Amino acid sequence: MNWLELTSLMPLLLVASISVILLLLLAFVRDHKLTCWITCLGLAMAAYWAFADMGNAPQQVTPLLIMDDFSRLLGGTVLLVSLACGWMSYAYLETADEIREEYYILLSLAALGACVLVASNHFASMFIGLELMSVSLFAMVGYMAHSKQQANMTLEAGVKYMVLSGVSSSFLLFGVALIYAYAGNLNIDLQVAADGPRLQSGYLVIGSALLLVGVAFKMSWIPFHMWTPDVYQGAPAPVTGFLAGAVKVAVFAFAMRWLMMAQGDYLDLLLLGLTVMAVLSMVVGNLLALRQNNLKRLLGYSSIAHMGYVIVTLAASATLGATAQSTALEGAAIYLITYASMTMLAFAVISQLAARDRRFESGTLTHYQGLLFQQPLLAGALMLAMLALAGMPLTAGFIGKYYLVLVAVDSQLWLLLSLLVLGSSLGLYYYLRVILVLCKAPVGDSHLILGASEKLLLMLLVAVTLWLGLYPTPVIEWVQFAIQ
Amino acid sequence: MQLLGIIISLLGGGVLALLVGRQSASASRWLSLVSLAVASVFYASLWFDTTDPQATSLWLLHMDWPWIARFGIHVLLATDGLSLVLIGLTLVLGYVALLSAWHEINHRCGLFYLNFLFTLAGVVGVFSALDLFLFFVFWEVMLVPMFLIIAIWGHEGRRYAATKFFIYTQASSLLMLAAMVGLVLLNQQQTGVWSFSWFTLTQTDTSGSLGMWLMLGFYVAFLVKLPGLPVHNWLPDAHTQAPTPGSILLAGILLKTGAYGLLRFVWPLFPDAASTFAPIAMGLGVLSVLYAAKLAFAQNDLKRLIAYTSISHMGFVSLGIFAWNHLSLQGTVMQMVGHGLSSAGLFAIAGLLQQRLHTRDLDKMGGLWGQMPKLAALSMLFAVAALGLPGLANFIGEFMVLLGVFQVAPWAASLAALGMILAPVYALIIMQKGFFGASLGTQTVGTTEVLDLNTRELLMLAVLVVGLVLLGFWPNLIFTITAAPVDYLMHLGKGG
Repeated sequence: MNWLELTSLMPLLLVASISVILLLLLAFVRDHKLTCWITCLGLAMAAYWAFADMGNAPQQVTPLLIMDDFSRLLGGTVLLVSLACGWMSYAYLETADEIREEYYILLSLAALGACVLVASNHFASMFIGLELMSVSLFAMVGYMAHSKQQANMTLEAGVKYMVLSGVSSSFLLFGVALIYAYAGNLNIDLQVAADGPRLQSGYLVIGSALLLVGVAFKMSWIPFHMWTPDVYQGAPAPVTGFLAGAVKVAVFAFAMRWLMMAQGDYLDLLLLGLTVMAVLSMVVGNLLALRQNNLKRLLGYSSIAHMGYVIVTLAASATLGATAQSTALEGAAIYLITYASMTMLAFAVISQLAARDRRFESGTLTHYQGLLFQQPLLAGALMLAMLALAGMPLTAGFIGKYYLVLVAVDSQLWLLLSLLVLGSSLGLYYYLRVILVLCKAPVGDSHLILGASEKLLLMLLVAVTLWLGLYPTPVIEWVQFAIQ
Repeated sequence: MQLLGIIISLLGGGVLALLVGRQSASASRWLSLVSLAVASVFYASLWFDTTDPQATSLWLLHMDWPWIARFGIHVLLATDGLSLVLIGLTLVLGYVALLSAWHEINHRCGLFYLNFLFTLAGVVGVFSALDLFLFFVFWEVMLVPMFLIIAIWGHEGRRYAATKFFIYTQASSLLMLAAMVGLVLLNQQQTGVWSFSWFTLTQTDTSGSLGMWLMLGFYVAFLVKLPGLPVHNWLPDAHTQAPTPGSILLAGILLKTGAYGLLRFVWPLFPDAASTFAPIAMGLGVLSVLYAAKLAFAQNDLKRLIAYTSISHMGFVSLGIFAWNHLSLQGTVMQMVGHGLSSAGLFAIAGLLQQRLHTRDLDKMGGLWGQMPKLAALSMLFAVAALGLPGLANFIGEFMVLLGVFQVAPWAASLAALGMILAPVYALIIMQKGFFGASLGTQTVGTTEVLDLNTRELLMLAVLVVGLVLLGFWPNLIFTITAAPVDYLMHLGKGG
């Protein structure tokens, strides 16, 4: 490994070093604030490095990882999402009757796994990244196991996530094995080794299908979504934020890279599978969200629907020529970035409220009644997040939706486009429900006081969500630059 | 700059109203009035400003800044006579709605005026944006504050009505977004340039079946807003449940954005598809006129009745636009203005009655003329305006629309003319049930205090009366302004 490879791998190394530093530190000092600071600073530095490195030539670091601009862009996004998670976790953990510091080790490991996943162009590194992320998340989802209020739900969520993740990993691993049996190596671009054991393409078809199932579990595409609502509801709010933000971005980035390189007749089968999952996720995801009474559960179904929408870009990238492919890739990257910003905004609000009163995350929507008049900042931010998720102009969500429509029209995916319109229309209902609850007359008094750092986080996320909607030009140029 | 001045003063006024609203409700009222006044000054200066070098006889103003370079999206604001008239209507009805809110809105005033002024700003934006992307942004953004106005300050069924309003409009506008993107891609394939500018896209060749699909995307979105059969269902709920200023804004201005969209976008962008589709659209227009008039007659709820009359009147607008000749288009513009003034008047009256009687049920009213003669007389005036009495603006509008339509489609004009018979039926039933007959009023009211109009209310209604009468006797006030833009639109739409 030469110096150039080492520097381009720096974001990953930085994140890895956070966990090592924290492990060593905890042997001597237990200080929640210090731990949180180190994590956030490390993640910020890593994200900065990833973004600052953009424009440099792609580096293949060992056969496993490729650090091109796509990895840097989405890896940086994942790191920023993790940073927001770490930031909002502080207040949340402060009020938990639980050992706090180890959480940040798990968080940085999960972030590392997500980054490896984004940068992998080899099935082995993909699997390592995915497992590193998932295994850390088992513990994070079930982290509140000793809390009197939360133990039941958080344990249920943790076990559920662990079992189903294990199942999906085994699907994925079997798929990879079959692909290996066909191709003789584990590169995701499937360059068949000349002297490899070349078996029938049936292996490739089945292997790819199984791999897709594994990915679909993580993306919670219907019908592989069963775990999502329970885990979203049971996990601590910042962890749910990570699941909804970082995990989705990372897994989707891998899926994009994989499908862009895939060619051949088995692609039709994959496209069929993707289209079916897109249709189901957009329609059923939105329908199931309609009557949810818990905000995190509602957002769980909403994330299913959003991940269904974004399949449009996958389908487009897998079908058409080079220019349409680059538009699709641009659309996917923009959508993921905008989606990450608005989702993190929503979860920042939830976790700040839940830090004061856990019923905000575990209870029904009625706890939010009248919040607009009691907590204008928090409720306003939540309202903005809902409007953004619904795709209103001047928010990040609209730019993402605009890109999806553009990609769909450009690639003439009329079925997916019409379902996108239908799904978004259905989705309005439940986003509006949340807004209506916020606007109702308040019951009782509220005595929440936000700390300065919490306010700052909210302001930053609000600013990003609005900025992406008001003036997306810099981000679009940046993304275009990254995918060239 | 004036357009931006109007929009910014409304937006800024809204934010300030929110800030001062915490301390004092009346301060936020006066501040809103001031910001409306500032906007009006900007508007007035539009008329007299001849220094703009880019101004032509057609386009008074033209502003253009790049926004999203990737897709050639610009902040492109321009006004011709048509926009000018509609922005004027917006500001006038803004005053009326503000005066009607003065005593009706008592809680969370700051937030109310924020939403109120933002709605106005959004509507002004819709009437002046000539970049399709920007237009779409304003089109959607004006929804959110209106949604909140209905949802927070509305009547008993407000949440249902607000949600319905939002979903209808937003779902249909997603179709418009898809059609818009399709049009832009079509233009990009033809010319190799990304552009959302109206001026560029009207040059695109949209003949062929794709053009028809794209046109339908736009048409549905505007038809929902107009509203016309069969997508009118949101309107009776939204108008009934909204607070009075909300109803005034909805009926007076927001419906006009749908008509404006049909005029400005559907025909000029898709002349072939629109002329092919015209018979169907006119058929739907005729149906709207007749069916909604019939439904209006059957209502007990005063606001619901007025809401249905709006659908009926907007049927004429739909007819006039799809007849697409000079006469019918001029009539359409007049009908838009006339209906804006008269429906605002009727909704204001309904609001005043509800404040006094705490009911909107016509069966519980009666004999009110004796108790509140001024209010009753003005109601009479707005009612006869709505039924199309000569001498008031609506008559000019409907008459010209029918004349114009007759040249193109005599069948449609003949059928729609039946609406002129139904209109008196529903307009006079308001007077009959509410103001004449045995006085049930005292039982409902139960007090003997002075119930008639006070100065503020009189002023509010007087503005509308003056407008209706002035335009009824001197319609050229508007026709001279809109003649050139209408001809230009017709040239683009390749009409006769």
